[in-house]
Amino acid sequence: MALAREHAPPAGGARPLLAVEALTKTYPGGARALDGVSFTVARPEVIAVIGTSGAGKSTLIRCINRLVEPTSGRVFLGETDIVSLAPGELRRARRRIGMIFQEFNLVDRLTVMENLLSGRLGSVGFFASWLRRYPPRDVANAFAMLERVGLAGLHDSRADALSGGQRQRVGIGRALMQNPDLLLVDEPTASLDPKTARQIMRLIGALAQERATPALVNIHDVALAQGFADRVIGLKAGALVFDGPSAALTPEVLTSIYGAEDWSRTIRKADEDEAGA
Amino acid sequence: MSAAHPSAWRPPPFFGTRGRQNLVLLAAIAYLVWSVSTLDIDAKRALAGFGRAADLFIRMIPPDFGRWELLLRGMTESLQMAFAATLAGVVLSIPLGIAAAKNLAPRPVYLAARGLIVVGRTFHEVIIAIFFVKLFGFGPVAGLLTLALSSTIFLAKMLAEDIENVRVGPIEAVRATGAGFLQVVVYSVVPQVLTRSVGTAIYRLDANVRHSTVVGIVGAGGIGQTLSASFSRYDYDFAAAILLGIIALVALGEWFSDWVRRRLR
Ligand SMILES: Nc1ncnc2c1ncn2[C@@H]1O[C@H](COP(=O)(O)OP(=O)(O)O)[C@@H](O)[C@H]1O
Ligand SMILES: [Mg+2]
Repeated sequence: MALAREHAPPAGGARPLLAVEALTKTYPGGARALDGVSFTVARPEVIAVIGTSGAGKSTLIRCINRLVEPTSGRVFLGETDIVSLAPGELRRARRRIGMIFQEFNLVDRLTVMENLLSGRLGSVGFFASWLRRYPPRDVANAFAMLERVGLAGLHDSRADALSGGQRQRVGIGRALMQNPDLLLVDEPTASLDPKTARQIMRLIGALAQERATPALVNIHDVALAQGFADRVIGLKAGALVFDGPSAALTPEVLTSIYGAEDWSRTIRKADEDEAGA
Repeated sequence: MSAAHPSAWRPPPFFGTRGRQNLVLLAAIAYLVWSVSTLDIDAKRALAGFGRAADLFIRMIPPDFGRWELLLRGMTESLQMAFAATLAGVVLSIPLGIAAAKNLAPRPVYLAARGLIVVGRTFHEVIIAIFFVKLFGFGPVAGLLTLALSSTIFLAKMLAEDIENVRVGPIEAVRATGAGFLQVVVYSVVPQVLTRSVGTAIYRLDANVRHSTVVGIVGAGGIGQTLSASFSRYDYDFAAAILLGIIALVALGEWFSDWVRRRLR
């Protein structure tokens, strides 16, 4: 399945793949969860978003596909300003953004195949999707995807019969069935054991690379972030306090994001992981 | 160290202070005494009732199944009423239930649908039946409409509550793929509520079999109407046959409802 699309290089004047400009979110009730966050993604890369719990990581990625309405700011996906879209246009833009969740968010009583194909809902009419009459190409892609995420043969299993790692693989497959221009990933491994967590992160990284799709990955495990991301964005109390290559994560930087701690063991562990991976 | 900490602890009183709690308790007892004393329970009338019950009971034996065709027609009518009303209730409750679910419907739609449900639940089936008998005359049409209306309201309320209790994660995930509203409903809400809703509908069918015997008494058709007529003609042995028929019908409905719901999962 040679699905990797060609991304136009960001030549003079052209928009980057993703541009977030002064994004701010104040929840009703007063909590300012995002405070003027700006960054751009110019090439397909895996970006880890780190920060303490409550720093605004989930709010950031949910504002990008507007599961949460931003209070102000802009989000450009290519040429499209997502924040200004009317509901119908927003649905069309969401097709281009795949999302992967901590709790997997599969529909338990549906089969693995139905969960995968639900990634095509934005491109298939209501009756066709209701009657499960998907275009043959979508079905073929779904079987290929099942094999790629390591679940070949499980198409008729019910989603609630799978293990946590298997469910997240279905979640990843569903997002990629959209053939998205951007992957939003919210704590993909927080509900998994450490070994499965690494396998899942490796799978997300590999697929993002194969398909030349940029991925924004919220993660609170610094070692995992360093091991699998090309770039790291640090959030603190809703503000962006770090944006740089993952190799630049020094104890000083981590202290600026998380507060004073002894980081030597965390960072060393990351190095060991890299050697063992 | 242990000396510094209290060794006795009681849960905080429900009504703020212990004094207020005792006051509330006292008031409740006083009210109970007052209401029983004003009920005007007449021992002589109560005893006379027992006597008449014995008389009535004797005249009911043996039950008279001679007019079994009339009995069968009434029971069939009741069953048809229950089935048709449940079917109509299921169909109509789907849009109303979705509209009354806080997490799916826009606020004005939600409020309107909830208002309709509250108003609809205010009146008992018998009162609605009396109203429909006035509008459409005696017979099963009034009964059918009564049960269809009350089933719709009941099933819509249950459906709305089930929808409000679904996991939001899958809904968000499907919405995030760019799916439209109906696709979100069909792919993330329906699978989560379907088995429960089928169970509720079957339960309602069983309830409608019972209700269909009651609404007949005010003239809305079915076996209840036959029963009411036989009582007013002092046909107690035929009434006994009808009562046995109703018991069989209700038992059958209950057994069927249990059987289906045990198989759902
Ligand atoms: N739906 C909401 N309503 C109100 N406040 C919220 C809501 N979601 C998140 N918050 C608040 O916004 C802040 C950022 O939350 P979140 O984006 O979930 O952080 P993270 O994902 O980094 O843990 C927190 O203070 C949180 O309490
Ligand atoms: Mg979060």
